[in-house]
Amino acid sequence: MWGSDPDWILLFLAWLIATVSTLGSLFFSNVMEFAPCVLCWYQRICLFPLVIILARGLFPLDRQVARYALPLTAAGWLLAAYHNLLYAGVVPASMQPCSKGVSCTEEYLELFGFLSIPLLALLSFTALMCFLIALKKRSLE
Amino acid sequence: MKRIMFAGSCLVLVVGFLLAVSYYKTWRAAELGFMAQESASTFVRPHSPTLGNDDAKVYIVKFTDPACETCASFSPYIKQAMDAFPGRIKFVLRYAPFHQGADQAVRILEAAKMQGRFWETLELLYRRQDVWTRHHRVLPDEIWKLLPEVGLDIERMKVDIRDPRITAVIEQDLADAEALGVRKTPGFFVNGKPLEPFGPRPLADLIKAEVRANYPE
Repeated sequence: MWGSDPDWILLFLAWLIATVSTLGSLFFSNVMEFAPCVLCWYQRICLFPLVIILARGLFPLDRQVARYALPLTAAGWLLAAYHNLLYAGVVPASMQPCSKGVSCTEEYLELFGFLSIPLLALLSFTALMCFLIALKKRSLE
Repeated sequence: MKRIMFAGSCLVLVVGFLLAVSYYKTWRAAELGFMAQESASTFVRPHSPTLGNDDAKVYIVKFTDPACETCASFSPYIKQAMDAFPGRIKFVLRYAPFHQGADQAVRILEAAKMQGRFWETLELLYRRQDVWTRHHRVLPDEIWKLLPEVGLDIERMKVDIRDPRITAVIEQDLADAEALGVRKTPGFFVNGKPLEPFGPRPLADLIKAEVRANYPE
């Protein structure tokens, strides 16, 4: 039915992931009242605009949207990757005096025993990257 | 078709989000039980001495006057209830020093709390009430003679009882007692429900009813 327009479907899926991630992030911060740490905020800066940018590219279909969305996604992916390394203790968190801020390594939740919030962020940025790169490749062909 | 799909997704996501919010709030209210109620802070203040599991869903709040005989005689019933329902009951002690001079006994208890010997000291005061109360009046000197029994640093206590924080605790507890309509001691509330009629049997029944309501088998 939509097979006639796989590019649109790719972009639509990317938008869906960005929107679900945004709502999930808002659910954690505003409903469950987990305060976002600094790294979370930087990732949110990369994520939230995608909901609007990608939706704009859907009507009418604009394959060039990947040009604007990919840098944000790539920055978000890098931040999420760094956050996960920090969270796992691979990158040591530098000794810092206690402040009122929120620790980036504090464990809020582990769904099914392994899905932490930073990992969820990394998974959605990875999926976004895949869809947007695929879209870009197809538009170059 | 695309527009319908996009608008439909938006609708599903928004409705899903609102449902998740409402589900989470319901779940959390059930999880926290009594403590999720807005009025809970009138029953339990951060300064209040407590016994039992923090995750317990049944809160027994007792407004006590250390010089009150009935308060002392109810102490074992609380222990029995906590033993009968391990992990499900949290006991919160509030002060209602209505007897003349009873605030002196409360000050001593709070100073003992600073040395980590609160419950031992309360037990001692209840047990030896006949020594330090006479015709409903408190004889503070008699209390001081008893205190070495629980290994308290008396010199330190003599300084600590003058701590203005203790005055604030007593004032807050008396204000909450008045707000909740406690005019006699002991004043019991189980998950905010006042003990009515008064007595050990009705107390046990009320506790049992609240445990059943909060821990359905």
